[in-house]
Amino acid sequence: MDYEAVIGLETHVQLKTKSKMWCGCANEFGAPPNTNVCPVCLGLPGVLPVANEEALRLTALTGLLLNCTVTRYAKFDRKNYFYPDMPKNYQITQYDKPSTISGWVDFEFNGGLARVRITRAHLEEDVGKNFHFDRNSGVDFNRAGVPLMEIVSEPDLTSPDMAYEYLNALKDILVYGGVSACDMEKGMVRCDVNVSVRPKGQTELGAKIEIKNMNSFSGVRKALEYEIPRQIEVVKKGGKLIQSTRRWDDTTGITEEMRTKEHAHDYRYLPEPDLMPFQPTDTWLEEIRQRVVELPLARKQRFMRDYQLPMSDAQTFVWDVPLGTYFEGIARQAKNPKAAANWVINNLRAKLAEAQVTLPDLKFKPAGILELIDLVDSGKISTRIAQEVFAEMFTTGEAPARIVEKKGLAQVSDTAAIEKLCDEAIAASPGPAADFKAGKTAALNFLKGQVMKFSKGKANPALAGEILERKLKG
Amino acid sequence: MTAVEIDVKYVAHLARLSLTPDEEQKIGAQLGNILGYIEKLKEVDVTGVEPTAHAFPLVNVTRTDEVRPSLSNEEALRNAPSTANGLFMVPKIVE
Repeated sequence: MDYEAVIGLETHVQLKTKSKMWCGCANEFGAPPNTNVCPVCLGLPGVLPVANEEALRLTALTGLLLNCTVTRYAKFDRKNYFYPDMPKNYQITQYDKPSTISGWVDFEFNGGLARVRITRAHLEEDVGKNFHFDRNSGVDFNRAGVPLMEIVSEPDLTSPDMAYEYLNALKDILVYGGVSACDMEKGMVRCDVNVSVRPKGQTELGAKIEIKNMNSFSGVRKALEYEIPRQIEVVKKGGKLIQSTRRWDDTTGITEEMRTKEHAHDYRYLPEPDLMPFQPTDTWLEEIRQRVVELPLARKQRFMRDYQLPMSDAQTFVWDVPLGTYFEGIARQAKNPKAAANWVINNLRAKLAEAQVTLPDLKFKPAGILELIDLVDSGKISTRIAQEVFAEMFTTGEAPARIVEKKGLAQVSDTAAIEKLCDEAIAASPGPAADFKAGKTAALNFLKGQVMKFSKGKANPALAGEILERKLKG
Repeated sequence: MTAVEIDVKYVAHLARLSLTPDEEQKIGAQLGNILGYIEKLKEVDVTGVEPTAHAFPLVNVTRTDEVRPSLSNEEALRNAPSTANGLFMVPKIVE
């Protein structure tokens, strides 16, 4: 019998705010232990949390980016449990009235598009960080109270690769939207994986196994690559899987059951009495809508469609947003957008990196690139000379036509002048000339190169080739 | 008032309280009374009354995203029974 996996992901993302969720302590990675803490995030008695407005905005923005409904009534609840990294012994989260519900993410997968539905994206707080020593543990509460968003997917994922691509797409969207820096190294994205298996064709779900606290996307993929066959094996052997929590061990490459206490999941949610409900107004939502950006996938598809770019070029403009925006500024007037893309990606980007400057520092006008392309297309200059002109306009900001004129770089298409150069080239290289006559056609390229060299790159290469061929054959 | 059956041991465990059998008896009865009272409240006709999460008619209480001074590490750890290297030290955490 064939089995299939059913996978759902809960992705936790730290929001890009200056301060924590309920207090003014800095939301900052890497500070010395317990220095970004105050009575509120240490859970001292008698303090009152006050919601960070920007965190609420970023959550609503995420909702819009993930095609969710931003709810008109959200509230916070206490999720009660004991763990040393949780100073209050409860985590403030959104239980039955989350900020956003019911959306989806589209992403590229297996050469096509895949869609994963989003159950909800809600706002909560991060917990502290534990350090384990031989005989005891230490706790740093700098991270406690950092705004954390949980994005819950429907169980629409069917393979480890699909889970991996979904996570990458989600991350790209959140980084694009400015919601989170999503720095994996800094633990800004963590994932809980829910996975079950069932015989193909069966609608009823198998026992849900949760793999907790994954901190890399490749880890999620590897854990699933291990866990799915493990579950299938158990079921095939007639065993029974029970709902449980497992931990992925990256060094051994296996998942193992965690010691779960009998009543570990009785969280006794209750409405947080210290916080008021949140009811976004039309004006507030309109402000959030202004912050919605074009999603990476949509941008890629649009660049491919509107400018007839190959996927690789479009992808470059997705990764490098300012470069893409710059390209768009000139592409709209370009006769040949692909040529403009080549200049922007191959030449401009390299020059920017070399000179360690950014686009706003550019001395020449964006239209300069179009002018340069025109000079090449009309045969006024060769592509080699175009490189030289580009380097010059990059340095001085002068218009390409002006540079060509000033430096006398215009391509020589004067037949008489080229004839002379060809004669010189043949005379200087009797060997290759003889080779060509003997049938080695490749020798022509060498002679053509000589002509270009004698002309300092200004000879029209096509014309030079024609004349050489005529002379040698004649 | 109807006495409501509750698992005192379970509830005590959730709150990390250890109770003597006498206390279990006593507190069990008290909790039963409280739940009995809730049962009584359920008799009230609330047709047409909107559910609410809070007794105050306030919404949208927020703060701007600004960093304000935190406690110093010394102050933060001042009441901790055990500290080392700026951390709160606790018994070894077993996952």
